[in-house]
Amino acid sequence: MKLRPPTGRRLANLAVSIWAGASALTGIAILFWILYVVIIRGIGALNLSFFTHLPTPPGMGGGGLANAIAGTLALTAGATVIAVPLGLLAGVYLAEFSEESKAGDYSRFSANVLMGMPSIIVGIFAYTLVVVPLGHFSGYAGALALAILMLPVITRTTEDMLRLVPNTLRESALALGAPRWKVTLAIVFRAAKGGLITGILLAVARVSGETAPLLFTALNSPYWFHSLGEPTPNLTVTIFNYAMSPYPDWQQKAWGASLLITLGVLLTTVLTRFLLREKKV
Amino acid sequence: MLKPAPQNDPEDPSPPNLRVVAAGRRVSASDRGDQAFRWLSLACSLLVPLVMLAIGLQLLQSSWPALRQFGWRFFFSQEWNPVLQEFGAASSIYGTLVSTLIAMCIAVPLSLAIALFLVELAPPKVSRTVGSLIELLAAVPSIIFGMWGLFVFAPFMANHIQPLMGRTLGFLPLFQGPPLGIGMLTAGIILAFMVLPFISAIARDVFQLVPPVVKESAFGLGATTWEVTYKVTIPYGLVGIIGAVFLGLGRALGETMAVTFVIGNAHRISASLFAPGNSIASTLANEFSEATEPLYIGSLVALGLVLYLITYLVQVVSQMLLRRMYRSWSVGL
Repeated sequence: MKLRPPTGRRLANLAVSIWAGASALTGIAILFWILYVVIIRGIGALNLSFFTHLPTPPGMGGGGLANAIAGTLALTAGATVIAVPLGLLAGVYLAEFSEESKAGDYSRFSANVLMGMPSIIVGIFAYTLVVVPLGHFSGYAGALALAILMLPVITRTTEDMLRLVPNTLRESALALGAPRWKVTLAIVFRAAKGGLITGILLAVARVSGETAPLLFTALNSPYWFHSLGEPTPNLTVTIFNYAMSPYPDWQQKAWGASLLITLGVLLTTVLTRFLLREKKV
Repeated sequence: MLKPAPQNDPEDPSPPNLRVVAAGRRVSASDRGDQAFRWLSLACSLLVPLVMLAIGLQLLQSSWPALRQFGWRFFFSQEWNPVLQEFGAASSIYGTLVSTLIAMCIAVPLSLAIALFLVELAPPKVSRTVGSLIELLAAVPSIIFGMWGLFVFAPFMANHIQPLMGRTLGFLPLFQGPPLGIGMLTAGIILAFMVLPFISAIARDVFQLVPPVVKESAFGLGATTWEVTYKVTIPYGLVGIIGAVFLGLGRALGETMAVTFVIGNAHRISASLFAPGNSIASTLANEFSEATEPLYIGSLVALGLVLYLITYLVQVVSQMLLRRMYRSWSVGL
């Protein structure tokens, strides 16, 4: 068989195919470029004192970001404690009770919109709600802002995961005389456990890398914190402050913190995606 | 969902789908438990729209002093002087719109091409791997894009891309001026990389949801892949694609940290895209924690209110379009 000579149509098709392949390659290249830079520049900053010592003034060398690591963990934990129960229950309503209800429609729609709300706006909200009345910056405001960002994510994944549970399971439990709340909490939740945990982990991973909502809520601090009631040190705002400083050793620390955050967030994301895929098959 | 047979029990006030639980029982302790559970979960789900609304009201209330002081002037004045207590939002709004426009001009063709590659061109295994990697780009925190942008990508722009653009396109005022690296153009390009995974993920869904019969009939007529995409898939999924673009638009408008790192943070409007500027989000990130005077804080919150309203509108349009698409397609052809 002889190949037909290339016509305009086929050339256009070829050009678009190449363009599509090149675009996909660009996307991947950017991802690996960023990962490469973060690893190469960050790895040198990570040593034992990075994890165990307090920050030092510029130029002194040594020191670490132990307080910021602990602070980021505390803020994320605080946000998780607030958002998970609320998000799970909201998801329960959407999946189990919202049939033909206007409230369910509003809630689902708002959750989608809230997921796209700029996180800095949520930061201002937490500022006016907590920082202004208290009169000082506090970790509680930061945790609240992060919780507001988590809430719609957990709500929507909970709904999706509960909807995957087959109705026959609910019906058989109801037929045995179990009340509806028990059916949901003991049977449906257990069936959807893997998916629910995945959803929560994804939400945690997402907010633990957030900076904007912490800038004027938790603020930052070079000292240890005793409770979330005071300005709380955290990795992301530290990266911002150190990167904008003119001191090389601070910039180096910022790269170390970037590596830590990137690894934490990406590994959690990859792991949960993997678990979720296993679950679905 | 559960649809038990309705029972006509006038004594029972509970909604129909709960009545089955109480069937055949005199004592309704668990019925009350169910009522409480239902109300509790309803309250939690209503918390979401409530928070949404509360954010808007709170922003309006906190920015009211500034809005009353400056009136309409606030939106058109370029003046931003904390010492003289004169504030105008024009340069921030301009920067937000321009950086977003640059981002969308790059991200939309790129992400549609990626979706096309994933759905029509790549073998399944490649498609899955490439798709996951692109999705992973969405998980990279904004501040990491900022670090990479400031220390790696901005110098790259200054040394390679901007001189080249200056030589070839320099006759346009858009591409004149010193190649600083940081500025509106760099911010727009980085924004494009950040919203690209969001648009391509939905565009991929849209391309996949087009019924195979429709595509196959076009292929059967001898159309090439590009012709099928251009003449069949895209018109068929247009509503969804526009929804995806709006979703990306909403993300780009409010993106904060990466933009703050590279946009240059200058309160002025420049003709050149090489020049530093600012956006609403970057102004907030830079100045909010340092502002002390009520009028200053009020003006910053007013900027936040503008951003809230713009993104709210964009998100609502996006959600309506996407919902319309999924709803009409779940019904079938």
